[in-house]
Amino acid sequence: MSLWERMFVFDDYGELLSLLHNSIIAGAVLGVVCGVISVFVTYRDLAFAVHGVSELSFAGAAGFLLLGANVVTGSLIGALLAALLIGLLGERARDRNSVIGVLMPFGLGLGVLFLALYKGRAANKFGLLTGQIVAVDASRLAVLSAIAAVVLAALAVLWRPLTFASLDPEVATARGVPLRLLGPAFMLLLGATVAAAIQIVGALLVLSVICTPGVAATMVTARRGLATALSVLFATVSTVGGILLALGGTLPISPYITTLSFAFYLGCRIFAAIRGVRSRRGHRSDRHEQTSLEDQPLARGPVTGPRLHPSAVGLHAPPETVIRTE
Amino acid sequence: MSSPGPVLRIRDGSVGYGARSLWSGLDLDLVAGEFLAVLGPNGAGKTTLLRVALGLHPLRTGVITVDGEPPRRGSGRIGYVPQQRATAPLAPVLVRELVRFGLDGGRWGPGWPSRTPRHRVGEALAAVDATALADRAVAELSGGELQRVRVAQALATDPVLLLCDEPLASLDAPRREALSALIDRRRRTHGTAIVFVTHDINPVLPYVDRVLYLAGGGFGLGSAADILASESLSALHDTNVTVDWSAGRIFISGVPHSPRDLQAVR
Repeated sequence: MSLWERMFVFDDYGELLSLLHNSIIAGAVLGVVCGVISVFVTYRDLAFAVHGVSELSFAGAAGFLLLGANVVTGSLIGALLAALLIGLLGERARDRNSVIGVLMPFGLGLGVLFLALYKGRAANKFGLLTGQIVAVDASRLAVLSAIAAVVLAALAVLWRPLTFASLDPEVATARGVPLRLLGPAFMLLLGATVAAAIQIVGALLVLSVICTPGVAATMVTARRGLATALSVLFATVSTVGGILLALGGTLPISPYITTLSFAFYLGCRIFAAIRGVRSRRGHRSDRHEQTSLEDQPLARGPVTGPRLHPSAVGLHAPPETVIRTE
Repeated sequence: MSSPGPVLRIRDGSVGYGARSLWSGLDLDLVAGEFLAVLGPNGAGKTTLLRVALGLHPLRTGVITVDGEPPRRGSGRIGYVPQQRATAPLAPVLVRELVRFGLDGGRWGPGWPSRTPRHRVGEALAAVDATALADRAVAELSGGELQRVRVAQALATDPVLLLCDEPLASLDAPRREALSALIDRRRRTHGTAIVFVTHDINPVLPYVDRVLYLAGGGFGLGSAADILASESLSALHDTNVTVDWSAGRIFISGVPHSPRDLQAVR
């Protein structure tokens, strides 16, 4: 069997499709929630945190697999624990990266240990790391959808303050936005999303659906609404497209998803580069105009409207001088 | 609009961190439209004064009111203009979206696009002559443009008090003067009281009503001519400080640990 035939097999495709429609729905649900959260991951510079959370989520899943308990519950517990630790200990980016760097190998090591002790089917083991599509039954689909619904609802509530805090933390602090609450809260939502994504994409490659779509989308537009829509589109096409391509083959699903996702990134990069060259070439006169607008001194002439300046309306006497030394 | 009383009132205010006291015994009444420049060496408590007014830091002793009420986090009655940083974490966002953060960025919910906020964002941008920048990405702006947009963001809620934390830092001289003139215009047209923390008094010297100079645990409060004088600053710093006024500009030398001295040493 040639490599091509192993990669793309479409025999009995219709039957497979009907057998695995749960997986396809799960892929679409995941695509939407990952696409939305991916934009915030990009804003908040949390790519490394995603990776760290996914390794601990993997450890949780492997542990529960070993115990014969529900794998999704295990990965959810692992992810939420990791997310909470990272959120609470790593408020500043530098601290955060150290915390993640310490937690991640520990989690991965635990996971490897649990898998080594596990005597069950090997496909279960491998699937946790590199993804799988066969395992999505109706109950798992329900759990994934519930996680997605909770995450999306919470993000909708947090939307404005979270965006403000992510993009403009200094002014957000001054305006009383509770940054210390929003950081850990977002990490929890991220943890839940990672735990859900692991079920299909696998722990090692979660970044391809939780990081890449947001990076690609924000590269081509500064409009937040459009960036979110594009990110959702990229993530959903990657997961669903990856599943559709992987259906017939014998290979794990993740290379299909990661390749699609990377293709979107590449496309966006090229688009942004071409647009950059064009705007430099085409709008040189524009640019000049904008600079000269900036150089224009502000009108300092008489100002109309109420003059409330105290010295103008005599609201108070010339200032008293107070000098106080310690 | 503001009530007839002072916009910002501090009675016997003192602040500190741990065992360290920054300033104490401060009495300050700032009326509508007044321009107060806050000067002093690093670590004297200039930014802390702003944090106290924003309700982010408590006074150790004394009372503070903003527009007659105790400071409240997230109050729309205060606008805040931060320092322009070379490495701003401002990722992909449009100018009008950044300005809208100032309007309702702290509220819960997704905040759908609608006419009223759009209109107010437009007004805020027009007030700083930045209407043309509305649909540009923040990352594309020059330092001077970004600071104008920052002022628009701070003015979006039409505050009675505008707090500026070294907004002129890292701008060149013409931009410093343009931004200072812009802020002066606002207080004249809208009666917004200004608290302006700055290292360099000269760009705002034509507009300043009073100067608050924080140093060495004490403070000086009064007109620029009285406070920025060799005698006053020497008393505050407890060493010989020389102040030269020349052609409407002020040159201060001899301030211990001031950035200018450090530059001279290098």
